[in-house]
Amino acid sequence: MSVKVAATHVMGSIEPRKVYCNTLIEMAKEDGRVCVLDADLMGAAGTKPFQAAFPERTFDCGVQEANMIGVAGGLSSRGFIPFAHTFGIFAARRACDQIFLAGAYAKQNIKVVGSDPGITAGLNGGTHMPFEDLGILTTIPGITVVEPCDAVAVGKVTRLAKETYGTWYMRLVRKEAAAVYEEDTDDFEVGKANLLRDGTDVTIIAMGYMVAEALKAADMLEEMGISARVLDMWCLKPLDEAAVIAAAKETGAIVTAENHSIKNGLGGAVASCLALNRPTAVEMVGVQDEFGEVAKTPALAGRFKLTAEEIVAKTQKVLVRKAHKHTWATLSNDLAKAINELRTYTDDVFTF
Amino acid sequence: MNVKEVKLFANDIRRETIKCIGHLGVGHIGGALSIVDVLAVLYSGVMNIDPADPKKDDRDFLVCSKGHAGPAVYSTLALKGYFPMEMLLTLNQLGTNLPSHCDMNRTPGIDMTTGSLGQGSSTAMGIACGNRLKGYDNYTYLILGDGEIDEGQVWEAALFANAKKLSHVIAFIDYNKLQLDDFVANVCPLDSIPAKFESFGWYAQDIDGHDVEAIAKAIDNAKAQGEKPSVIVLNTIKGKGYHKIENSASNHNMNISAEQVEEALADIAAERAAIEAE
Repeated sequence: MSVKVAATHVMGSIEPRKVYCNTLIEMAKEDGRVCVLDADLMGAAGTKPFQAAFPERTFDCGVQEANMIGVAGGLSSRGFIPFAHTFGIFAARRACDQIFLAGAYAKQNIKVVGSDPGITAGLNGGTHMPFEDLGILTTIPGITVVEPCDAVAVGKVTRLAKETYGTWYMRLVRKEAAAVYEEDTDDFEVGKANLLRDGTDVTIIAMGYMVAEALKAADMLEEMGISARVLDMWCLKPLDEAAVIAAAKETGAIVTAENHSIKNGLGGAVASCLALNRPTAVEMVGVQDEFGEVAKTPALAGRFKLTAEEIVAKTQKVLVRKAHKHTWATLSNDLAKAINELRTYTDDVFTF
Repeated sequence: MNVKEVKLFANDIRRETIKCIGHLGVGHIGGALSIVDVLAVLYSGVMNIDPADPKKDDRDFLVCSKGHAGPAVYSTLALKGYFPMEMLLTLNQLGTNLPSHCDMNRTPGIDMTTGSLGQGSSTAMGIACGNRLKGYDNYTYLILGDGEIDEGQVWEAALFANAKKLSHVIAFIDYNKLQLDDFVANVCPLDSIPAKFESFGWYAQDIDGHDVEAIAKAIDNAKAQGEKPSVIVLNTIKGKGYHKIENSASNHNMNISAEQVEEALADIAAERAAIEAE
């Protein structure tokens, strides 16, 4: 597939949740199986227009996430396709057992949507800030775990969720997301990372909020003479292992970037894949085994180092390690020299 | 309903339940035996089902939320012809289609996967919502354990059922007064279960859970009221039918020796003779 990347990565003009709701409405018009469930957060999810259009297929359960996921499992067993939303923290932490049993274990077709990923929980603070949801849910066998990074991606992934049988967990950024994709970009494929930008020295594998930061970082690196590939790993599970391994082979250094704990999210998954298939220098940008805290999202991005600048810093670090591995005898301690040197090596030299 | 036939069917289910758990030598005997009579009633013409077509779309549904009572349900289904009787002896052995807790993807006739207590209450509500969306007037039956209703999810589902006016849900509480660790009264007393459900907007009845006529009448009452979700509290005996273990706090998940199997089967055979002599 070819991906059309937006020219600039300013905040999109449409709220992702609006695209989410519009997509649900379109799908419900086409398909009588599409239902919407919520746990008293329809206002937050922006799905009240769906309720107005399809009241009989809307189940606002009240503040009861566990029951909501169970009801979704029951609806699925009768052939319906329920999209059940709550905040990501409640989905993953509170309804994990229900997603496991009433969803994945029972082989149901439920789409769990968890909003406010990571620092986008902003002013709701640490209690509401999921840095662990991906880790909790990717451990469930057979589940599909995704994070569309902008409004365009939300529309595409929501539709893909409906069209692909199985239990899904989709992180949903509700209000603001920097534009990454053009409207007419190709459709996404489950388990396939999107190549946003090719490069030869390093690959930045990013998810969600960090995808736009990765693209900005790639621009900054280019200024420094470093060619960075950027992958949008919007589908964390199943992981596009082929893309990860190819990135390791072709660029020899990996930086992961996620709005989540590095322990059990994208960083962990990529490192595990590489350890088993192609040991490669990896650095991780993400949350370092910490709880969230309250502030506006941009302030939190600085606090947790979820920035393009941090990606650049980690890229420099990983390139030193890459160079170190292959130029052990001659390596200078000078960072700039090391980065410069490694550019003279061919791919073959970097092959393990 | 032919009362004598239903009683004999219940006796058959008890026998097969003991035989299949006894074959393995360990299992959830107490809570399986206590729900046998409601199963016998449901599968004696109350439920609209077709063993030859287990997935018939407009059938009535049963969610056995106390999934550990699976062996009693499996025995019922085998006796109804959903699968061969010999299959019962595969219970809990590697690769079996009869796992300890109910699994809709493995066992013909099982409508929902259960095993984490409380969850069946919600999946049953989802089934009922789905059936209503499809325009059916079929019923969804739900069996909950008494210890199980300690789970908050049960009460979430109870609120939900009232909010959505799920009048075609009929829940049974297997009130055998024992949970895994001890008597319910010593662990987490339930006091009046009907009053609790009534306050949640349900239509509640409280009956002898081993009286098949009372069970059938209560189901008729539940259907006749037609407006609210229904709960029927079945006052039962954990381990009912195997006299030596009845009401024993240790019968939740117990070992059973070949001699004990013979003892239990003798009790069940004696009960059968008594039913036949009625």
